[in-house]
Amino acid sequence: MTTVFGVPLPAILGQLMLGLVNGSFYALLSLGLAVIFGLLGVVNFAHGAFYMLGAFAAYIGLASFGVNYWWALLLAPLAVGLLGIVIERLFLRHLYQVEPVYGLLLTFGIALIAEGVMRSLFGASGKSYPVPALLQGGFNLGFMVLPIYRAWVILASVTVCGVTWFLIERTRLGSRLRAATENAKLVQAFGINVPLLVMCTYGAGVALAALAGVLAAPVVQVSPLMGSSLVIVVFAVVVIGGMGSIIGAIVSGLILGLIEGLTKVIYPEASNIVVFVIMAVVLIWRPAGLFGKEQ
Amino acid sequence: MRAQITVYLVLGALALIAPFLGLYPVFLMKLLCFAMFACAFNLLLGFTKMLSFGHAAYFGASAYVTGWLVTAQGWGTAAGILGGVAVALLLGLVIGAIAVRRQGIYFAMITLALAQLVFFVCLQANFTGGENGLQGIPRGSLLGVISLGNDRIMYYFVLAVFAAVYILIRRIVHSPFGQVLKAIRANEPRAVSLGYKVDRYKLMAFVLSASLAGLAGSLKALVLGFVTLSDVSQTNSGEVILMTLLGGSGTFLGPVIGAIVVVTLQEYLSDLVGSWVSVIIGAIFVVCVLVFRRGFVGEIQRLFAQRARLANDQG
Repeated sequence: MTTVFGVPLPAILGQLMLGLVNGSFYALLSLGLAVIFGLLGVVNFAHGAFYMLGAFAAYIGLASFGVNYWWALLLAPLAVGLLGIVIERLFLRHLYQVEPVYGLLLTFGIALIAEGVMRSLFGASGKSYPVPALLQGGFNLGFMVLPIYRAWVILASVTVCGVTWFLIERTRLGSRLRAATENAKLVQAFGINVPLLVMCTYGAGVALAALAGVLAAPVVQVSPLMGSSLVIVVFAVVVIGGMGSIIGAIVSGLILGLIEGLTKVIYPEASNIVVFVIMAVVLIWRPAGLFGKEQ
Repeated sequence: MRAQITVYLVLGALALIAPFLGLYPVFLMKLLCFAMFACAFNLLLGFTKMLSFGHAAYFGASAYVTGWLVTAQGWGTAAGILGGVAVALLLGLVIGAIAVRRQGIYFAMITLALAQLVFFVCLQANFTGGENGLQGIPRGSLLGVISLGNDRIMYYFVLAVFAAVYILIRRIVHSPFGQVLKAIRANEPRAVSLGYKVDRYKLMAFVLSASLAGLAGSLKALVLGFVTLSDVSQTNSGEVILMTLLGGSGTFLGPVIGAIVVVTLQEYLSDLVGSWVSVIIGAIFVVCVLVFRRGFVGEIQRLFAQRARLANDQG
């Protein structure tokens, strides 16, 4: 059997696959974070909590209302996105005039509330969510078995990321969004409803996080704390990619997932910290991030 | 000024007689440790306007190192504390050097991410006891003479260290160095154009703050006799921010009051409402950020200033 670093090749490919799955979640989450930061100037600490809420929405939907996976994929992001819109209207809106760190602190508080509520209602232990019937099993590629669900996660995230990129970079709506990011006052003066745009952007970013949560539900344990450490990794991913860069967020999310998977094979002890170490190195070498521009 | 002296005299007297008022000394010491932690944090947030989102790293790492040195290596109490603080200082130097390259929100995210790195190291390293943490840390004695096993003696020791740190922070803020920090807080580009090496000042403030946070962590390890992962966790980093913000960042007394409020709330609420505590803490965070950004002491100072202005106008 072929081995690399003394590890059998299928094991490596399996880990790379897992890494790519994680990378898909990083990409979806950091994409939403980057879009929100670009327009609102808010680093959304609650992003991990919204991811968690997305997974829980799918879980509750299935357990209590018989809503299947495919409907959850649509309904959970909608529900959580609406919650995001409410939060933007009620709270975040009042902070655009003060320093951006207050937005970070506010969303940190919201994350604490969301996690606390879910922990009180559902306990801290993880719940399992079944893989939908259509996506069970795996392809035998000859050298390894490719679980269909994992392949689907990667395909779905890459597609969603691609569509989001297209919407922002190639459509009329996207051009307004980008213009408002550059100079909100001027865009408002042209008669575009910027507050509405801001509200919908926050809702959309949050919905992306919830979508990642639904995609993750069958492969991770659904638990109230599933987002709290993930959000810090995603922050590091965004810093590495360059804050506010859409393409940077997607690409570095996927690549860092792969690197993490590779580290699990070569030196498992470091797999938790490798992203942070890379962040430190990138900051020393290119303080603005890989895809960011120096101000 | 006179009002300030009166406040300090009253608080000092209260602190001195507190163990005789029927308050549990270990709880009082815990309050002092977190108050010290918040004061150290405030040196950055309040006086330099740098939001570090990972101060638990220095608090926790120092607590672990002190606990390990005293328990497994048989070091004396003072040496153990110094060892812990030295580690916090080094960590602060390394992380600070990377983080001060960016400002504002980026600074917060970088300190958060690097603190998470420290968290994982503590989770996986051998000397920290992993998920179990360190237990049965002896308090030892001071310079081999005064045994700290007695809660009241330990209390006065912690109180003395706290007072020293508090005075030190006041001295730092009022020193020429502190004035430069204030200048950076007010207008960083201007400070640069005046020829100050801004990054070096910020790094120095960061290292000082990290070391004092480490001191607070070391003392907490000795007071309670155990160190757990929660000491080095992101939640702890968040709580110290809340303490400082709630009490009033940029004031001297604010973080102390904020720490007392938050630690007391946690102590009593966790029995009453269980995991709803984090909901309450989160809600306080939201309220604080939305309508109470000056904090308790900040609001009181504003009221006094307003009244003084009114009196001036009339007179």
